[in-house]
Amino acid sequence: MSDIPISHILFVSTALFFIGMYGLFTRRNMITMLMAIELILNSVNINFVVFNKYLYPDKLDGIFFTIFIVTIAAAEAAVAIAIIINLYRSHKSIDVEDATDMKY
Amino acid sequence: MNYSSYIALIPLLPLAAFVLLGLFGRKYFNQSAGIIATMLLLVAAGLSLYTAYQYFFVNGKVGDAYQSITAVKYTWLTFSENVSIDMGILLDPISVMMLVVVTFVSLMVHIFSLGYMKGEERFATYYAFLGLFTFSMLGLVVSSNLFQIYMFWELVGASSYLLIGYYFQKPSAVAASKKAFIVTRFADLGFLIGILILAFYGESLDFNTIIHNLTTQQSSQFLAITSASFLGVSALTWGLVMVFMGGAGKSAMFPLHIWLPDAMEGPTPVSALIHAATMVVAGVFLVARLFPVFSINSDALTVVTIIGVTSALFAAIIACTQTDIKRVLAYSTMSQIGYMMFALGVSGYGGENARLTDSVGQGLGYTASMFHLFTHAFFKSLLFLGAGAVIHLVHSNEMKDMGGLRKLMPITHISFLIACLAIAGIWPFAGFFSKEEILLAAYNKSMVVYVIALLTSGLTAFYMFRLYFSIFWNKEAAVHDHHHGEGTLSMKLPLILLAVCSVAAGFIHFGNYVSSDGTALASEFHLSFAAAPLALGIGGILLAMWLYKTANDKPERLATALGGLYKAAYKKFYIDELYLFITKKLVFNLIGRPAAWIDKNIIDGLMNGIAAATGWISNLIKTLQSGKVQNYLLYFFGGIAALVIIFIYIWKP
Repeated sequence: MSDIPISHILFVSTALFFIGMYGLFTRRNMITMLMAIELILNSVNINFVVFNKYLYPDKLDGIFFTIFIVTIAAAEAAVAIAIIINLYRSHKSIDVEDATDMKY
Repeated sequence: MNYSSYIALIPLLPLAAFVLLGLFGRKYFNQSAGIIATMLLLVAAGLSLYTAYQYFFVNGKVGDAYQSITAVKYTWLTFSENVSIDMGILLDPISVMMLVVVTFVSLMVHIFSLGYMKGEERFATYYAFLGLFTFSMLGLVVSSNLFQIYMFWELVGASSYLLIGYYFQKPSAVAASKKAFIVTRFADLGFLIGILILAFYGESLDFNTIIHNLTTQQSSQFLAITSASFLGVSALTWGLVMVFMGGAGKSAMFPLHIWLPDAMEGPTPVSALIHAATMVVAGVFLVARLFPVFSINSDALTVVTIIGVTSALFAAIIACTQTDIKRVLAYSTMSQIGYMMFALGVSGYGGENARLTDSVGQGLGYTASMFHLFTHAFFKSLLFLGAGAVIHLVHSNEMKDMGGLRKLMPITHISFLIACLAIAGIWPFAGFFSKEEILLAAYNKSMVVYVIALLTSGLTAFYMFRLYFSIFWNKEAAVHDHHHGEGTLSMKLPLILLAVCSVAAGFIHFGNYVSSDGTALASEFHLSFAAAPLALGIGGILLAMWLYKTANDKPERLATALGGLYKAAYKKFYIDELYLFITKKLVFNLIGRPAAWIDKNIIDGLMNGIAAATGWISNLIKTLQSGKVQNYLLYFFGGIAALVIIFIYIWKP
């Protein structure tokens, strides 16, 4: 286990983060954007776990953080989907390009 | 007897009339407004007569001097332990005398107006304004401190403005009220500066304290105010002259007199009340109130004398040429107030008995001035009310529309004659006695002033009888308008009462009651001294009789012979034109226009420029607020990326 170097895992999390970023910027569908955000959050989770494991193996703080983030992400997804449903009801669309009412 | 129980009612009753009629008059009391206001004022007049009786005959005197009593004192605004603005009632001989004069004349005017103003659309408003004026004037005369007198001073000015502009449909009335307000306001600026100087050095606003502080030669306040100087003149003189400027504005002294003749646009009873008997003497009253301070400063007194004597002569000359009867009376008022002013100017402080030979240190002028104020109030308001009755009948202010009215209005005729004799100074009418005292005071002090005063007294007799003969004799009555005759009883009664006063007031031994330091001042009567003014007065009357008793062309020939002088006097010595030139040409062009230009271009330009710049920048950046979530995300991550770069590579602590 410990023969996998830390840089490999960090490479995975970075890749995950930027895939999420890419998705967030290019997708117009809000559900997809929400999924992209989940990817970003999970890349952060991986970082927490990895650094905890490699730098302070006798402590559990990073893992606790991860659990918190997973919990909060679940709640946040619920709120986000509620917003999207409401938006769909009023705009008949979940395309972000159609929801530009809050401009100057 | 404690004054405080009822004396506050004297000013408050007219105030009640004002509030009641001002708020509800037009709706509920349009018919009864006059009666209500008159009744309230009747009570006030009764109370002030009672106060005068109490003060002069029962308990005002301690030892042989009348004390000044603070009957009511209410601390209104406290700034610090020593500085506060109070509201109070100060009783001393002059304020008690003024209480009687103001309430009495006001009552007469209220009664007269019942007939004169009958059927006016804004009848209740008129009485409300009269109540406001009476309240302000009463508050002014009983003021116990400088700030209070200033407040009431302005109130008086405001109510005068309202009453002059009563016929606001007439452009001339509007212009006149504006003019009166602006000119007196301008003078009040001086008054305010004077108050500030006196209060700053005197370390108090209260009259008694100021007078005590500034007249005690050893006090620190006295030393401070006499040693401080500006432009080589001591602060005391500046303060007093500035206060006098306020007084001169209100009292229509030369050169601030221009508003008074125009103020005759108001209803005639108002002219009687405000612009003849009460408000215009406020300036004299103010100088008298601060007289102990004035009397230690001969420079300020000289200013008072010069202004007073100039106004007296100047106005008398103009009055000889005017043809509008109310304007003649207005200039005559100005002339008589000039008399009162220079009487104060030549006076000294103290109660020594007046004798022909004394030349210094006597308070005769003060007593004489107040005496003249007292008698003048009666006969001048009588003259104005008489003129009001005449105008009521003839419907014109011009002398040429009148003549021969003596048969149509006998009571007005007789009372007017009495008033004319009184103002001309003919024995035994009231004006004779007060004018004698003034002349005596002037004679003791300065020959120049005496000669001018004597000349003015002759002119006074001339122009008053010019007026009298032009109204009541001259030609046959042109008016055959018998349907309303001389007017109602309410118009005749004040004339009769005032005529009685004009005869009787002279016999009061005024010096016993009112003098500069409160002790009795006995004035002697000298037949030899009285001869000159009396002869001049009779001469003036005879001249007027010769010229105006019957219609003829002598006045025209005389006017032609005098040529330029007559024309200059007829045009009021071009003072109005001078003011117009100064304001329109000089002030407007040299100060007003540049100021307007700066305001329009620089001040407004600055504001507009800021607004335009803001708008331009907003236009530039408003596209940032696109409403697109992904744009915002881009800014967000861009910002974070920028922060990361800054913190990692650039900003290193």
